Amino acid sequence: MHLAGGIVTGIGTIFLFLGGLGVFRLPDVYNRLQAGTKCTTLGAFLTIIGVGIMEPSWFWKTLLIGIFILLTNPISNHALGRASCKSGVPLCKKSVVNKSKDFCKGETK
Amino acid sequence: MNIFFLVFIGLGIILCLLRMIKGPTTPDRAVAVDTISTITTALLVFLGFIFKRYIYLDVSLVYAVLTFIGVIAIARYLEKGI
Amino acid sequence: MKFKSFLYLFILLILIWLTLTSTFHLQELTVGILVSFILALSLTENYIDLGLPALSAKKIMFFIFYIVILFKEIIMANLDVAYRILHPKMPIKPGIVIIRTGLKSDIAKMVLANSITLTPGTFTLDILGDNLLIHWINVKAENIDEATKIIGEKFEKYLRVIFG
Repeated sequence: MHLAGGIVTGIGTIFLFLGGLGVFRLPDVYNRLQAGTKCTTLGAFLTIIGVGIMEPSWFWKTLLIGIFILLTNPISNHALGRASCKSGVPLCKKSVVNKSKDFCKGETK
Repeated sequence: MNIFFLVFIGLGIILCLLRMIKGPTTPDRAVAVDTISTITTALLVFLGFIFKRYIYLDVSLVYAVLTFIGVIAIARYLEKGI
Repeated sequence: MKFKSFLYLFILLILIWLTLTSTFHLQELTVGILVSFILALSLTENYIDLGLPALSAKKIMFFIFYIVILFKEIIMANLDVAYRILHPKMPIKPGIVIIRTGLKSDIAKMVLANSITLTPGTFTLDILGDNLLIHWINVKAENIDEATKIIGEKFEKYLRVIFG
């Protein structure tokens, strides 16, 4: 039981590190949001659930914290992405298509 | 074994801090702060496991709620001002 | 209708209280039931406004399928992002595209947007009516119909049954 929880926690911490690395390395704010959302959501969830597996009497409360993170982290990152889209942060040079202007005017053809 | 996990989490936080210092625009810094807050929630639960203190779980839950509201407030401000 | 949604909300609040306190002691249980009863009485109107559907066996089964598929997609998304971060040249080809959705209620659109945020390479930026603005880290199709087929279709067929 202790070993299984340790392995789950270890995978979670590696994903947390990858999230930090992605926020540092990727070129513009939208790509950083991708790394910052996905890696930290799964990383934090696995770390917390792993602690719950290692200490079985804590399991239900850690599950509650994990589900809370799984529900709220995409929402807060979506709010940040929408704010940077509305305030006009440009995309990086590698980008191939940008349809946000059509979207604001309501043209969806 | 636990020390490796703590080193990984600490490296993640340090990289986000570097991005927060360097970030060319304001939303970059906000993204770094949000990532740090999520990592810190996981770190608090893990510290509670190391110190064998149940109360750290409550601290972590309240911290998660407060940073969620804080990031939403920052995003509203960036979008159209207070 | 009103009594049913009151009952769902009451059971949900009791479950959250039990996980928070994690005991079956008589005093804790009494306080929990009292607080949940008052909260459920005062919040039933808001719960109906959210437009959550009535439960049935088929919907619960599809919901469990949906959770399993969502977890598979989350793990795939993390491996994908990890590959792109760790690769020295960073093989990214980002862009912003529009997709269309057929879902009607607000909460169904919210669940769809959250699921798209957690799946490989896509990130919801904005919702306006029936259209979603998506940031895609590796653009495969710029056309709105093809993008809808690639990104949204795998979740929508489940959500149409669950919230239908």
